Amino acid sequence: MTVGINAPGRARISVRNLRTDRWWLPPLLTNLGLATFVIYATVRSFMGQWYWVNDYHYLTPFYSPCISESCVPGSSHFGQWIGELPGWIPMGFLALPFLLGFRLTCYYYRKAYYRSVWQSPVACAVAEPRVKYSGETKFPLILQNLHRYFFYVAGLVAVINTYDAIVAFHSPDGGFGMGLGNVILLVNVIMLWGYTLSCHSCRHIAGGRLKHFSAHPLRYKLWTLVSKLNVRHMQLAWITLGTLVLTDLYVMLVASGAISDLRFV
Amino acid sequence: MGYKAQFRVWRGDDESGELRDYVIEVNEGEVVLDIIHRLQATQAPDLAVRWNCKAGKCGSCSAEINGKPRLLCMTRMSTFDEDELITVTPMRTFPVIRDLVTDVSYNYTKAREVQSFTPPPDLKPGEYRMQQVDVERSQEFRKCIECFLCQNTCHVIRDHEENKEAFSGPRFLMRVAELEMHPLDTADRRDTAQDEHGLGYCNITKCCTDVCPEHIKITDNALIPMKERVAGRRYDPVVWLGNKLFRRSSKKS
Repeated sequence: MTVGINAPGRARISVRNLRTDRWWLPPLLTNLGLATFVIYATVRSFMGQWYWVNDYHYLTPFYSPCISESCVPGSSHFGQWIGELPGWIPMGFLALPFLLGFRLTCYYYRKAYYRSVWQSPVACAVAEPRVKYSGETKFPLILQNLHRYFFYVAGLVAVINTYDAIVAFHSPDGGFGMGLGNVILLVNVIMLWGYTLSCHSCRHIAGGRLKHFSAHPLRYKLWTLVSKLNVRHMQLAWITLGTLVLTDLYVMLVASGAISDLRFV
Repeated sequence: MGYKAQFRVWRGDDESGELRDYVIEVNEGEVVLDIIHRLQATQAPDLAVRWNCKAGKCGSCSAEINGKPRLLCMTRMSTFDEDELITVTPMRTFPVIRDLVTDVSYNYTKAREVQSFTPPPDLKPGEYRMQQVDVERSQEFRKCIECFLCQNTCHVIRDHEENKEAFSGPRFLMRVAELEMHPLDTADRRDTAQDEHGLGYCNITKCCTDVCPEHIKITDNALIPMKERVAGRRYDPVVWLGNKLFRRSSKKS
């Protein structure tokens, strides 16, 4: 029990909260969703195989860009800049830390994990378990203010993922080809762009920082568009976790030979 | 089509108190405030409750219903099951005066700490001209009815009494944002938002937005844009370097 709701002068009510609804359900579901993604992404990032389908040029986003000599031939769209990597460094090491940082400092995910993991607060008007609270005023949480830098890098990675999705329109004979994998890669990239561009930092940079919209009509238009996307930021955050897992899973299953790609062209 | 509802109302003062049970008549179309008034009229004539407009516009009847910060006058009885126990307590963030009435003077103190609207010095009242597109962001925040439910639900002060001195709460950070975005306001409020009003304490968990009876997007449209402005001012070396290289003023365009 915290001292806050029992501070001197406040109504003397012994229970932590009087809510009668299932306030514990959203944080529970959030924890399950985040834990599932983190476990899956960690295992796949360190697995080191089944990330590239040579016949169709499918590359999973968890291994893009693949720039080391550990990468199988063909999967390094941007060349191999460094030698073999030890097993404890994931092959997608160049992008993964920034993508992780982008999501960790994202204003939606902050809400999600502050509530569900840190229980600060676990639900509205439910007392939090900690006695002290300093929010984002001190290290390390003051680093949340670096979100915009992760946004810049996430934009670059989205460009790389888009390139990966385009070069995947490939058939085993070297010409144009299309299969279910292309649809999955494409949907994933569109959703990643949606999530990236709906970011609150993007909204600020697009025009939110301006005082006079009337003096910057194009940026006002841009801000309006980003604002429309921004209201879907939470949904896009979850959708992209799903599409990332689905895309990687599909590439893994095709690459391992567990299933065959459904080819349209 | 009336029925008998079970109510549990907190009765007491700043020294002591208890949750007291009542069984009370409810009629079709009534709101919780109607039931509280019926309690006063029939069973608890000394029950203290603050109210005024009964239309969700004065912000007086803020309380907690089944643990959720709500306006008594805007909570329909039809949203509850007939056999549901309905618990009504005062707001738990502020000192209680008696029964459902709390001392919200913390909010008035914080309101006075916000630097007032600062138009250009050469502009006289009556000469203010601005374009709608420039002022509409600030106008959303003017819908606030000062019910202080956002302040009440904010865990920064609800669960940590010691933070009240450093943190102004969502309502007054929204006021800072309103002025910061106002096309005729000349004050730079980014440093004071962080240093004097405690913006850094906010961890954007959106409870203020969830309870706002005016449906103001406090977090997305006021608090996060202010955090981004502060980040640009305090934590963005690229902006700092750009300002130095191109001799830009750190003031906004």
